[in-house]
Amino acid sequence: MMFNKSQLKAIDKVISTDLIDAGIDYVIFMDMAGNTIAKHDNGKNNLDSVAFAALAAGNFAAVDAMAKLVGESEFSLLFHKGKKLSIHFSKVNDDTLLITMFTKDISLGLVRLKVSEAINQINKILVEN
Amino acid sequence: MALINIKNREVQIKIVYYGPGRGGKTTNLEYINKKYKQQIKTEMVSLKTQDDRTLFFDFLPFDVGQIKGFDVTIQLYTVPGQVKYNATRKLVLRGVDGIVFVADVQKEQRKKNIDSLNQLYENLKIYNLDLFNIPFVMQYNKIDLRQSKIPTLSSKIMQKDLNSLIKVPALEASALKGGNVILTLKKIISMTLASIQDQIF
Repeated sequence: MMFNKSQLKAIDKVISTDLIDAGIDYVIFMDMAGNTIAKHDNGKNNLDSVAFAALAAGNFAAVDAMAKLVGESEFSLLFHKGKKLSIHFSKVNDDTLLITMFTKDISLGLVRLKVSEAINQINKILVEN
Repeated sequence: MALINIKNREVQIKIVYYGPGRGGKTTNLEYINKKYKQQIKTEMVSLKTQDDRTLFFDFLPFDVGQIKGFDVTIQLYTVPGQVKYNATRKLVLRGVDGIVFVADVQKEQRKKNIDSLNQLYENLKIYNLDLFNIPFVMQYNKIDLRQSKIPTLSSKIMQKDLNSLIKVPALEASALKGGNVILTLKKIISMTLASIQDQIF
């Protein structure tokens, strides 16, 4: 899979202005094979993002396979709630995922709204070129 | 296929260790992790059951330096070997660039090796990949058992069983003691890099 420079730049901009500036701590845009395409954080976290992306891809793939077993075409959204930090997984297209991590400082509703806007924009960027 | 990031000049490559259960796939990765501890920045991730069987995958990433100005990261994965876990094996194969097939030279594992290879062929088809057309290395593991009383198969028989059609490089190895583990890794990395260079550079 290849993205050109202007696509990557535009995706970076969407993530940093729409998501990080809105109060989300950590964002990873990755492919379904577990490769990180872009990552951004607010500087407060120290995360092993390589291992994280591999596990996230496995997690998403496992849930996707479960969806097929129960007759759903997909579960496009996953959410794990922690005491301090929560993780939100969202499918961007058939090949990519957007993962956001956030604290209690921002509501799940706002995260979902922001993520859905970001996904629309990223999809436009991917189609444009 | 490999992920190429033109902006950051990075290439991420996925190599999967495949093969029957208890064949030594995880042991290969554990040896590599131990041997290259200095160069590996992150911890090896293992999703396993309480009795140490791989449940989903093991994961070990490391950098191999630059090729044509691109930083290359190799990501090693294993699949769970047990027959019942084929659904998860398929998931791990997504985006694979190169495969090491870890076969077990024990005589009683003969059928399991062949079944596992046949299933790999089927599983790759889901991703439009062809076993005959992907960087691939055979490893005949546990040759240290030839010194014991446990019945083993000769490499000639292993070749006939597993490699008579695909004809890929094959190495005898002892993952537990580290014999040829690194050579296997170097072989698959160089084959995978060559194939990716053909595709992109």
